[in-house]
Amino acid sequence: MATALINAEHTTALARAVRIEHVSKSFPGPAGPQSVLDDISLDVAPGEFVTILGASGCGKSTLLNLVAGLDTPTAGAVTTEGRPALMFQEHALFPWLTAGKNIELALRLRGVAKNDRRPEAERLLELVRLGGAYGKRVHELSGGMRQRVALARALAQDSRLLLMDEPFAALDAITRDVLHGELTRIWAETGLSVLFVTHNVREAVRLAERVVLLSSRPGRVAKEWTVDIPQPRRIEDADVAELSVEITEHLRGEIRRHGWH
Amino acid sequence: MAGTDLGPAGTRPSRELRAASNELAGLDALDTHQGARTSLRRVLSGKVLPPAVAVALVLTVWQALTWARITDDYMLPPPSAVWHSLSDLWFRGTLLDVVWTSVWRGLSGFLLALAIGTPLGLLVARVKFVRAAIGPILQGLQSLPSVAWVPPAVLWLGLDDSMMYAVILLGATPSIAGGLVSGIDQIPPLFLRAGRSLGATGLRGARHVVMPAALPGYLAGLKQGWAFSWRSLMAAEIIASSPDLGLGLGQLLESGRETSDMARIFLAIVLILLVGVVVDLLVFGPLERRMLRRRGLRP
Repeated sequence: MATALINAEHTTALARAVRIEHVSKSFPGPAGPQSVLDDISLDVAPGEFVTILGASGCGKSTLLNLVAGLDTPTAGAVTTEGRPALMFQEHALFPWLTAGKNIELALRLRGVAKNDRRPEAERLLELVRLGGAYGKRVHELSGGMRQRVALARALAQDSRLLLMDEPFAALDAITRDVLHGELTRIWAETGLSVLFVTHNVREAVRLAERVVLLSSRPGRVAKEWTVDIPQPRRIEDADVAELSVEITEHLRGEIRRHGWH
Repeated sequence: MAGTDLGPAGTRPSRELRAASNELAGLDALDTHQGARTSLRRVLSGKVLPPAVAVALVLTVWQALTWARITDDYMLPPPSAVWHSLSDLWFRGTLLDVVWTSVWRGLSGFLLALAIGTPLGLLVARVKFVRAAIGPILQGLQSLPSVAWVPPAVLWLGLDDSMMYAVILLGATPSIAGGLVSGIDQIPPLFLRAGRSLGATGLRGARHVVMPAALPGYLAGLKQGWAFSWRSLMAAEIIASSPDLGLGLGQLLESGRETSDMARIFLAIVLILLVGVVVDLLVFGPLERRMLRRRGLRP
């Protein structure tokens, strides 16, 4: 009985795509260390889609860097299952490679055998509906297409966890809208866990199962919402708008707190 | 909170999916640019004609100056005298030998400098201690005229080919290494982050991310490295002439000076210039164009 309990606990501990425990991060500043993140605890369940929302200066990107393993926390611990895949606001595709070769490089670095790379790259391009783009150069693709290739490259890492740092912020509204649908579809098809950082409230509500609002300077978890609006959602849906208004009120409150001093 | 206005479950997703698919295809079609190929005629009129006109103009002015007799023929020989000098060398069968001797020395010296300068540049750019130690010296060496290396090279190595290579190496390696260093310094940090998150670290990172990302700066360094190789070689050939050394373009120039044969001097200068231009046009030009076009930095 006792062992069963321990095992159950053990599996739940493992069954977290991301576990962020009491994480703090400070950077050296002119007046001593500057606290950017303060005692953040947050879990992402396998297959869950979580957005982190916050105004500028809340340390969203810092948090994502910590989860990605590109930086280490000052205090606390971050655990992820395997190395996460990362997508940036800019596509970050390598311009000296074609779209297909960008994906193949990710496959190669993951250790996929030479002969399997091309079919796998083409399958991933199909998944983001860019079947004909294998031989295209990065500059020949539109902004939305580049982000989809970047998504395919991130998926090529075969990670169970996808980290996204405002990946659609630089796109026009129509393209962004369509890509929201694409991301939702691919998330549902692949069963990935997604940690998505944004400052766009509607985007957060449109995409996520859970929205986490961070306060600014230092970043703390201010409030969480579970979004139970069924997918597929649209950004103009009344339910999405209603929850967005509520979250925006809290976000504004967080920003106002900084107006005093 | 649940959406009650979505209609019967099942119909919306498929309709939604089809609509999204069409929207996506429409966006892709609207956003894709069509590149145009340049025709042969445009290449001729845009790339070949202007330099041909410039050369013709120089020849005309040159001929006009000799006709006007502004100075003696042995000071300013007419183009025809230079042409005779050229055909003379050609018929004696030495022209190609002379050009080839210098080109061979220049290119092999350059390749040697490439093999040394590339790892050196990578080391200086990526290892802090090495950068602090020899970075400034490397920078300084780039502005040191390589002629300065001729006297010590002659004393150390004697009058033979190894001395030529030493001068080329000392002249070209700092440019090649320096070009690579500045190329690496100019890599957008985003590429390095992306590379790291894909697992490209250490040597794999250097091979798959750092080197290709630094290629524009590296290529600029190679171009300058070649120019320095060629210049250093000519300086070495002019200063160090000995019967043991094969006759190169620099020696041709120097022999013209010794015999006050201005037509030969002119010929040697024109040939030295020509080799530099041809190597640039045939080797670095295409490399650079290909790289820029692939990266969308040039149509």
